[in-house]
Amino acid sequence: MKRSTLSKILLIASYFIFIGVSWLMGFNPGQQIGQNFVVFFVDMLKILPGAFILIGLFEVWVKRETVERHLGEESGFRGYLWMILLGSTAVGGLYLAFPVAYTLYSKGARLSVIFTYLGAAAICRLPMTIFEASFLGIKFTAIRWLVSLPLVIITSILLGNYLTRRGYRVEAGK
Amino acid sequence: MYLYIVAGLALVVSLAFSREKTIRSVKIAARRFIKIFPAFLIMITLVSIVLYLVPDELISRYLGSDSKFAAMAVGALLGSVTYMPGFIAFPLAGILLQKGVAYMVIAAFSTTLMMVGVLTAPIEKAYFGLKVTIIRNVIGFFIALAVAVVMGFFFGEICQ
Repeated sequence: MKRSTLSKILLIASYFIFIGVSWLMGFNPGQQIGQNFVVFFVDMLKILPGAFILIGLFEVWVKRETVERHLGEESGFRGYLWMILLGSTAVGGLYLAFPVAYTLYSKGARLSVIFTYLGAAAICRLPMTIFEASFLGIKFTAIRWLVSLPLVIITSILLGNYLTRRGYRVEAGK
Repeated sequence: MYLYIVAGLALVVSLAFSREKTIRSVKIAARRFIKIFPAFLIMITLVSIVLYLVPDELISRYLGSDSKFAAMAVGALLGSVTYMPGFIAFPLAGILLQKGVAYMVIAAFSTTLMMVGVLTAPIEKAYFGLKVTIIRNVIGFFIALAVAVVMGFFFGEICQ
């Protein structure tokens, strides 16, 4: 076992021991942290299995050529538009965008398109946007979209091209 | 919820076309999920601790500062190191607004909350590596600041 893996296991284990002892001893900060953990854990378990099923189906059914044609080197600007559409329908937090981005990448999407997806999944999610507009006003949401979206696309192109030149590859889960 | 409706329908359609391919996709799904699960566990652990250390009252106290640019910087930092789902973040932003916190400060906070993830870094790193994770998050941070400054102009908070 690698040393980093071992230290991660130790950290997680001591975290749970801390939570467990806090509950037994009635240590309030520990109890609250434990409660936070449960809330987020349940929240995530509600989303992750469904999302990963879709990722699995995508992996098996969607042809590599299709992804390459729409999101690969030859796709031009269309690739970014696709990613904005896909990003705006994203669910969950940014944490779910990474496995999706990896799946698209492994099927032949180019790097700048992947980074645009990550950005779009962060800032364009429709349910979140509706929520935002109702609390902060449409003007706020409109400004945020109009400023951040072009910047996301431009920086994604710059970063993607730079990394592609350097021969960078996205690794699977390690 | 609609995620499960979509996933369920997709599974049924997939089954109708090919049993073998469907089983293969579920296996891939399980393998991918198990592989990344430790990173998720670490992230939730961090989130649970940070959420305790940075409660809502602390956020509203720091963002209400008189100097808008200082508050904007604090907002961007807080947004980067915390994680909260939209259904908590925007009601909180609404409350901050009513308390008189500037739009540009709220923009810095909510945009970094969306784009910059110190707490999701364990997951991002597992896929993209440390270097790219740092670069992407730094870019997100500056995009958030740009959004905040433009917001300040449009809401008349920078030049009266």
